[in-house]
Amino acid sequence: MAKRIDVTDLDVFYGSFKAVEGVTFSVEPRSVTALIGPSGCGKSTVLRTLNRMHEVIPGAYAEGKVLLDGEDIYGIDVDPVNVRRTIGMVFQRPNPFPTMSIRENVLAGLKLDGRKRKKPELEGIVERSLRGANLWEEVKDRLDRPGAGLSGGQQQRLCIARAIAVEPQVLLMDEPCSALDPISTLAIEDLIEDLKERYTIVIVTHNMQQAARVSETTAFFNLAGVGKPGKLVEVAATETMFSNPTQQATEDYISGRFG
Amino acid sequence: MSTLSQHEHDESESLLHEALAGGHLPRWSPAAVAVASIAVAFLLNVLTPVDGVAGTAVVAAVLFLVGQTGWSFVVEGRRHAVDRLATTGVYATFVIAVVPLVAVLGTVIVKGLSVISQEFLTTSMRFTTPRSEGGGLYHALIGTLEQVGIAALFGIPLGILAAIYLVEYAPSMRTRRLAHSISFFVDVMTGVPSVVVGLFVYTAFVLTLGLERSGFAASIALTILMLPVVVRSTEEMLRIVPRDLREASYALGIPKWRTILRIVLPTAMSGIITGAMLAVARVAGETAPLLLTTFISQSINTNPFKGPQAALPTFIWDQFTSGTDASVDRAWGGALVLIVLVMVLYASAKLVSRFTGVKKI
Repeated sequence: MAKRIDVTDLDVFYGSFKAVEGVTFSVEPRSVTALIGPSGCGKSTVLRTLNRMHEVIPGAYAEGKVLLDGEDIYGIDVDPVNVRRTIGMVFQRPNPFPTMSIRENVLAGLKLDGRKRKKPELEGIVERSLRGANLWEEVKDRLDRPGAGLSGGQQQRLCIARAIAVEPQVLLMDEPCSALDPISTLAIEDLIEDLKERYTIVIVTHNMQQAARVSETTAFFNLAGVGKPGKLVEVAATETMFSNPTQQATEDYISGRFG
Repeated sequence: MSTLSQHEHDESESLLHEALAGGHLPRWSPAAVAVASIAVAFLLNVLTPVDGVAGTAVVAAVLFLVGQTGWSFVVEGRRHAVDRLATTGVYATFVIAVVPLVAVLGTVIVKGLSVISQEFLTTSMRFTTPRSEGGGLYHALIGTLEQVGIAALFGIPLGILAAIYLVEYAPSMRTRRLAHSISFFVDVMTGVPSVVVGLFVYTAFVLTLGLERSGFAASIALTILMLPVVVRSTEEMLRIVPRDLREASYALGIPKWRTILRIVLPTAMSGIITGAMLAVARVAGETAPLLLTTFISQSINTNPFKGPQAALPTFIWDQFTSGTDASVDRAWGGALVLIVLVMVLYASAKLVSRFTGVKKI
């Protein structure tokens, strides 16, 4: 079910501005890969290119190859909508749909893809997704209450449940804990630990301890200078990266000398 | 020694308290100043040539303003005095804004209610002369409902679709010029006087295309008047839907059109409905374009496509210009029915939006 991703020579542009240059790395299936680096270095931009979400921003485009199990997601006849169904995404700020109940939020991706499903099947999906996001016990008695009424941490887990309800192959997470308190963060990190048994996960984080805790592989991005594109400095197994980085910039960043 | 230091301690504490608390006017001070100002103003009214209720009220207000600000300045200091002055100003402007509104509503209700009867609501003016009592506005009510209904049927969907294009599609396409010009013409249309729109429909549709002067011609004019209001208000509402929600929807693999239909529109629904209803309310009271496109009628005509049709605003105008006591009374009745109609529309739209929009937590 989980798939691997190979990125080759990826450049990303916002209009005429080159935001990211020459990124090449691979993501193994059923593993967590963390993208770290200072603000503005392009790690979120790279994450968005993995499911073509950058195309939502007017003027943004990417050059290079992104392969999902060998299939180019930028191929001419590839539909970005189908790419996003296969590669889900969780955002920095929890964003449940305010017009929908908890149940409707979980089912949003399924209901809105236009296929008809029977009610018991949908109920099963709701329970499975909420259990998958470690939220079921907290909300099972109030599935018809609005999703926006949950706490921040619960909302973020609801968003994860919504993302896994469509059964993606890969889950992208863009700083999923940066708006949350430590306890909710712990809950999400535990959840990531569970999710990686079934999904390939790529997570952007500003928190290096978090990268060290949850990921197998870490990629460090950096800016060459103001107004210059961000670059991938180094990618390695997380343990190696944090104990024995090969690049001076990586060591400086990890040890807190800048960033 | 110890008593002295105790004394010093108390003194410094009271000084600190004074520094933190400052001077205060008693709670009853605004009421006292108000009573005093009114009394003085009344006295001046009797003693000086400044006469009348309005003059006395203005004098009382000025006295209140000066009296309270001055007293506060002496006791409480500059900042509190300015605060009281500003507070008084805010309340005063509020009252000034509300008085005409309440006065209009009150007058219409008082004068209109005496005319309203079953007969008034269910008969036309077909067999009633201006001088005689009786008759009614059934024909005008039908006309307004049909004309405004048809206008809403065209205007609201068109306006919402135009706004969706401007907000959701234009920025990501290479048609920014088109979007800019649409935006520009919407602004221009907002400022076009309704009588000009009536003239336009008369020349373009009635004279050139040979459309009959009818309720439908009036509907076209009302549609044109509604459009810019609906476009602008819907545009504003769509723009305040957070980007996050659209992105969350795209990330689930939901196509753009479905995202707009199921996520963006429901989130903005309450505001869109309010805007659309304000547009309906605005055109429901239009008189000038109706005079040019369908004119006045005294009898019931349920077919908006054939022959002149009455409407509430033209009914009011017609009755008022007849000038007899009976017909002016009917004009007030018509005004009351028009206001109630708009209020009922507005209330029902609010009720609908409560069940469709953002969920209350």
